[in-house]
Amino acid sequence: MNAVTLENVTISYARHPAVHHVSGSFAHGSLTAIAGPNGAGKSTLLKAIAGILTPDEGHIHIENTSRGHIAYLPQASELERDFPLSVLHLVATGYWHKTGGLGGITPTMKQEVTKALADVGLAGLEKRSLSSLSVGQFQRALFARLLIQDAPLILLDEPFTAIDADTTAHLLELVERWHKEGRTVICVLHDFDQIRKYFPECLLLARECIAWGKSTEALVSEKLLTARFFRDSVHAEAETCERGVV
Amino acid sequence: MTLYQLTLEPFIDYGFMRRSLIACAAIAIGGAPLGVFLVLRRMALVGDAISHAILPGAAIAFLFFGLSLSAMATGGLIAGLLIALIAGSLMRVTQLKEDASFTGTYLLSLAVGVLIIAARGNAVDLMHVLFGNVLAIDNTSLLLICSIATVSVLTLAAIYRTLIVECFDSGFLRAAGASGAWVHQLFLVLLVLNLVSAFQALGTLMALGLMVLPAIAVRFWTQSIDGAVALAIASSFVSAFIGLLLSYHFNLPSGPAIVLTAGTFYLASVLFGRHGSVLVHFMPRRHFAS
Repeated sequence: MNAVTLENVTISYARHPAVHHVSGSFAHGSLTAIAGPNGAGKSTLLKAIAGILTPDEGHIHIENTSRGHIAYLPQASELERDFPLSVLHLVATGYWHKTGGLGGITPTMKQEVTKALADVGLAGLEKRSLSSLSVGQFQRALFARLLIQDAPLILLDEPFTAIDADTTAHLLELVERWHKEGRTVICVLHDFDQIRKYFPECLLLARECIAWGKSTEALVSEKLLTARFFRDSVHAEAETCERGVV
Repeated sequence: MTLYQLTLEPFIDYGFMRRSLIACAAIAIGGAPLGVFLVLRRMALVGDAISHAILPGAAIAFLFFGLSLSAMATGGLIAGLLIALIAGSLMRVTQLKEDASFTGTYLLSLAVGVLIIAARGNAVDLMHVLFGNVLAIDNTSLLLICSIATVSVLTLAAIYRTLIVECFDSGFLRAAGASGAWVHQLFLVLLVLNLVSAFQALGTLMALGLMVLPAIAVRFWTQSIDGAVALAIASSFVSAFIGLLLSYHFNLPSGPAIVLTAGTFYLASVLFGRHGSVLVHFMPRRHFAS
């Protein structure tokens, strides 16, 4: 069974495709890295799987569409780090699938938040404001929210960018734990060595799918070279894509 | 002059002073929390744009019903909602950004409004609409203002958490299967409603005064949203109270007196606030040991 299936997916900005005719599937309980050069459509594809963007063409099938099925971690740069929220409040938003906009946070939930914060190495920082956290601590707090969300499908967008080695190692342990628990994890990453070491599966993306399979087989020099030749500049006078038009 | 004469007597002796104070209290309670969210969403200028956009609606009502506050409020409400809808949609379907879209729409709207009033009324009427007159609020208007505040507070309470999460991380809500777009629309509707309230008291040019000035000022004192909302309401009400007294004792126009009082709090906060103020910037204290 597949957790996520992509069927000829194209997603574009102002008619220029960022993800172009990509098909394939993420198996249940798989741990997949999405790699590729800047502008290759990695984040775009992840956003589409999360339901934030809609494909112009093709379909994305998510096997389980129940509330709270997907946990999505955006790129750190998309969030305002000095937003006036406490760490406790941020992590507790992970209960959204249970509380919605009106439900209360129970004492049990608060205990679980405390435990999740301890798990990510932020014990005792519940009352701190987000603006007082370092980049690494902020990312740890977001991982605590993922723990609280407790979702079977986890999407991570460049979770280790600008994060130090210790924190990365700690957060990678959490990713491995999710994998062992049978959750499906899809993670956008840049570090090929990291992918080979921790991520069994890899989708090498350069607007189109260059390779998708075992990391050790996908990340070989020949395919990486193909991906590197991908130009992220869009052609101002590109012709209309006729692929798939009958 | 005793303290009693200075602070309470005007409100006890004169009905128009009491009505003004109640109207301002309602605007503070309904509007100031919205101001906090406007600042948080970096929409303070968008709020300003919508407040000016109310004018043609009020002007058309003035054309048909004369200087009736409730008719002008209804006209303003319709115009405000229409402008928010048009500018919001233009922003989504064209390449216009939020600030440009709202500025373009409100300038057109304001110009049309001034033309309509100039065609029919006189300079006094125009002044009244542009700058409002809190002392002229009658019981019908007061009822409208208080109703708006009630609806606004209850609605904001219901969408409070969704609004905060949508503001911080809109992708999170959508991935969690909840759309945040409706919250933004509802927020704009609340904003227009409260601007219509404030417009009767402070006019279209300064309607945001009691809503946004306190909201900006409190960001210098508290780092929590709940705290900012509570402080903003309090500071907005106190500004109105002092402003009305200044206007009474020194025979000043009430709108500018109120906005200037709120402005004094704002300036004091910018200079001496606890977080990120001029004082903090230029007089750094010794750092902690850890």
